[in-house]
Amino acid sequence: MPVGTQGTIKGLTTDQLEDIGCQIILGNTYHLELRPGSQLIDDLGGLHKFMNWKRALLTDSGGFQMVSLLHLADITEEGVTFQSPVDGKPMLLTPEESIHIQNNIGADIIMALDDVVKTTITGPRIEEAMYRTLRWIDRCIAAHKKPDVQNLFGIVQGGLDPVLRDICVKGLVERNLPGYAIGGLAGGEDKDSFWRVVAQCTAGLPENKPRYVMGVGYPLDIVVCSALGADMYDCVYPTRTARFGTALVPEGVLKLKQNAMATDERPIDPTCSCMVCKKYTRAYLHCLVTKDAMGSQLLSYHNLSFMMRLSRDLHMSILEGRFPEFVRGFLRVQFPKGDVPQWVRNAMEVAGIDISECCASTKCLTPSIDEQPPLPIPVEANGGVPN
Amino acid sequence: MRFAVTKVCGGGGKARVGALHIGGGGIAIETPALLLSTRKGLPSFVSCDHLASLPLPDSLLLHVCPTHFMEGPPLKTISNIGGLHHMLGLPDHILVAAAGDSIESLPSSEATNKFGASFDTPSGRRLVKPSDYMELVSCMKPNLWASLADEVPAWVTDKRNKISVDRTLRWLDACIALDADSGTNGFGVIVGGSSVEQRRLCATEVSKRNVSGFWIGGFGLGENIEDRCSLLNAVTDCLPPEKPRLVSRLGLPEEVLEGVAAGIDLFDSTYIYQLTMGGFALIFPIDMVEREIQNGTFNNDGGDSTKINLRASTYRKDTSRLVDSCNCFTCQNHTRAYLNHLLNVHEMLAQILLEIHNTHHYLHFFRSIREAIKVGKFDLFRQQFVKKRRASITAAVL
Repeated sequence: MPVGTQGTIKGLTTDQLEDIGCQIILGNTYHLELRPGSQLIDDLGGLHKFMNWKRALLTDSGGFQMVSLLHLADITEEGVTFQSPVDGKPMLLTPEESIHIQNNIGADIIMALDDVVKTTITGPRIEEAMYRTLRWIDRCIAAHKKPDVQNLFGIVQGGLDPVLRDICVKGLVERNLPGYAIGGLAGGEDKDSFWRVVAQCTAGLPENKPRYVMGVGYPLDIVVCSALGADMYDCVYPTRTARFGTALVPEGVLKLKQNAMATDERPIDPTCSCMVCKKYTRAYLHCLVTKDAMGSQLLSYHNLSFMMRLSRDLHMSILEGRFPEFVRGFLRVQFPKGDVPQWVRNAMEVAGIDISECCASTKCLTPSIDEQPPLPIPVEANGGVPN
Repeated sequence: MRFAVTKVCGGGGKARVGALHIGGGGIAIETPALLLSTRKGLPSFVSCDHLASLPLPDSLLLHVCPTHFMEGPPLKTISNIGGLHHMLGLPDHILVAAAGDSIESLPSSEATNKFGASFDTPSGRRLVKPSDYMELVSCMKPNLWASLADEVPAWVTDKRNKISVDRTLRWLDACIALDADSGTNGFGVIVGGSSVEQRRLCATEVSKRNVSGFWIGGFGLGENIEDRCSLLNAVTDCLPPEKPRLVSRLGLPEEVLEGVAAGIDLFDSTYIYQLTMGGFALIFPIDMVEREIQNGTFNNDGGDSTKINLRASTYRKDTSRLVDSCNCFTCQNHTRAYLNHLLNVHEMLAQILLEIHNTHHYLHFFRSIREAIKVGKFDLFRQQFVKKRRASITAAVL
């Protein structure tokens, strides 16, 4: 799900989103309540009508932005207290208020307000947050005025603690919600812990309901989580990295600002059939990106096309019974030297996908559990991978 | 390129409709016409898929500045790719190259010297010699190009003004000499500042060269608006009627009408860009003016204005279209309220939607100018338009 924070995907029109196969986009409750205001959106017929998006919308609860963007955000049993960005006055976002705002905005899927803690924090705070999330889901359900047209998803919290996560999963499943999100991840925890939480949650959540991993992410993360049974993802990465001049390609990323790109007459990705790859060379895009609005637009268009294509490929490969083959092909292109990170190997083993042929001998490559895996490898102008 | 005047407005007026045959597809562009402004060859915000849904063939005409590419792809790369049309992914468009524009390549006459013209660009001040310029032109292969000129603002000394005319003529000859096609696709630039005498001299001299059209520069640089009309007419009076004339930087509706009345066929202007950046949408009714010409009556209701500022809070909840009868993507899909929101939260989509609408609307304005000339009512059209504008401004003030 591309992130359309303020009621628009940055630099793309709704028909372009339809053209590239986008089915659902995310809007940020916090931003939309600030401007133009959820009441105004409701008065004008809801967010679909306001931005003229005929497909699906999902709004988050507003809680995460509060905690990550604002000063003096304090979480109590009542809700999240924060300083208003407009006039500095203390304000309170309760589960009831969050649902009320989301009812006004009118998205097809709405998220419960959860007590979200960073995974890098340890201690009793995590347990407190998990139990509070369960108490708040009941308040969200009670406050929800449009259960017949808006689907309320609960969010599994519990940090990296399997016991807490288990309690939370069971608690949410009892409430029989239309769908479930796995929250509290994508915040700097090590990858080996990350996939284990996802795996545990997908194992415990009902088979016939969607599972949404919030804040994920990089193509590799999406492939791994999909192998573990997740269905939905949101991330600003494709559009944000486009505005910094970075294109997503099967091999990893292509930094169009590099000097070598100035004379590269190839398209961003010869295997991509999007409008940008059909019309423009790396050399021309090199002179546009980070300097001209058109550069951001074109690169965002390509990056989102790439992500839509990845989703379609994952989907079709599962339908056609060749998902493991797809995963192997994906990893081979991203890691041509076989240096697939250990966390990916571990996750695939649990997922039951044999990727041994993509991996070089494990004797040479055993990063410690705490080490961050290498970021996607940038591709050089001649298509080669740097040593 | 072929150009022919197809209709001259009667009654001693100089306004004319013409047909410009150009490009691979042998497309005929009707004039008076507008060249859309670009940044590095593409519109500032309208991507190619939306560009393709703008009025055709009007929206095929683009003004490209070779100087935008001085930090861009190396010339060899541009050549390898096959020139501008291929690099920009616009094989069917008509690209008209000129060294200066009003946004990213501003003539800095104080730094221009006998070797070349100086321009202020986002990457600093650049001196462009005729040889540099023609090298760019030969790699880029635009459909038409204007020669390199020394454009000066209205307040320079007579001496400096004379120098600018001399240089511009010298550089025109240099460009023609360096051109592989000996100037077949070249437009000679005419300068002369605020001196009628210099303007006439320059125009006459340029007419003697083997150029396919005339690019009237040096306007929109601070000259007295009252003097401009006589200067423009002094120039066009000296030019042969069968070749197309373009005037640069005159883009406001009244300026366009003034130019058309003086016999101008093409306009390059950044009016649409300026409107878009300011958050404005053009709303002046084109059809109503046409309808009123039909009736021959003048309606002084003073109610309509040219443009609206979508940042204004009055539009917060306005669910109407920018212009009800407009067929552009923006009007077919979005409301004033949404645009107001996008502008308030500084989203790029605002500029995209506004540039689409403003381009669409302004190209239709040019269409109605052509229609008015064809039915012999251009003067009335112009009068009505100017009166309506003044009336609404007066009404707003009172």
